[in-house]
Amino acid sequence: MKPTPLLPALLTLLALAPTARADGPLMPLRVPPAYTQECGACHTAYPPALLPARSWKRVMGGLEQHYGSDATLDPKTLQQLDGWLQQHAGTSRRAAEEPPQDRITRSAWFEREHRKIDAAVWKLPSVKSAAQCAACHGDADQGRFDERALRLPAGLSASQRRAWND
Amino acid sequence: MRTMPDPSHTDRPLLRALALALASGLLAAAPVQAADTTAAQQLDRFSTAAGAPGQAERGRVFFTTAHGGEWSCASCHGARPVAPGRHASTGKALDALAPGFNPRAFTDTAKVDKWFRRNCKDVLQRECSAAEKADVLAWLLSLKP
Repeated sequence: MKPTPLLPALLTLLALAPTARADGPLMPLRVPPAYTQECGACHTAYPPALLPARSWKRVMGGLEQHYGSDATLDPKTLQQLDGWLQQHAGTSRRAAEEPPQDRITRSAWFEREHRKIDAAVWKLPSVKSAAQCAACHGDADQGRFDERALRLPAGLSASQRRAWND
Repeated sequence: MRTMPDPSHTDRPLLRALALALASGLLAAAPVQAADTTAAQQLDRFSTAAGAPGQAERGRVFFTTAHGGEWSCASCHGARPVAPGRHASTGKALDALAPGFNPRAFTDTAKVDKWFRRNCKDVLQRECSAAEKADVLAWLLSLKP
């Protein structure tokens, strides 16, 4: 009996399995230009996988009061982006949580990942807000948040810089 | 597994580079901008709607003053928007607003309407009037390199 190619099959399966860590790009392959343009104009264009479908539904249903700003869209674009977000919303265990105010930065997993960052760092002019992923994650707009590809924001103190390398 | 299409099945480096450039161009997001107008035309449009030409100095004061809320237009765009601005909450970089420093500013009617709608609601909690838009445009157009 011929030996079945078990090892290559297993490796292929592992390569195809969704990873729990944010090593590969989190953005879907196809991003509607309207998403980048409308939802990336004022902040990082967040990968849909970072929030569950119900959070996205609430976000898209409340654009007049979008975290203090008017982010309204024309009906056609609204429908297109709402559909895309629903289609690509996070389904992993960690994305299942609907965070307070549907804020990605208040998710349990986000707070855990960033737990070693001094509170003062978020307030640095070069960072300004945890919502500005690109302050440290240079490739955030491509959905890449690899811990090995971080850049230091300007203005860190010596001790904050040391904590960076922990 | 996600992989880019491999256009390099050719022996010639130049052809390979061209093929790669073409593939990248096709995969890049298509711009959604209509480029159907100019800043000067928009000034005319709002001046006509207001029944009077926009006034630059009034526009400057309007732009740099808070109108009962936390923000002025300048909070994000800068007191003299000839350089990239920064979103007051998120820190995201914004293209310069003055047409003399950003040739794409005010060249898409739908975008002009959309951003006036949103940002006037942010700053004034209402839509801006045609006169206010005309004043702002008159001032922005007056900013020259």
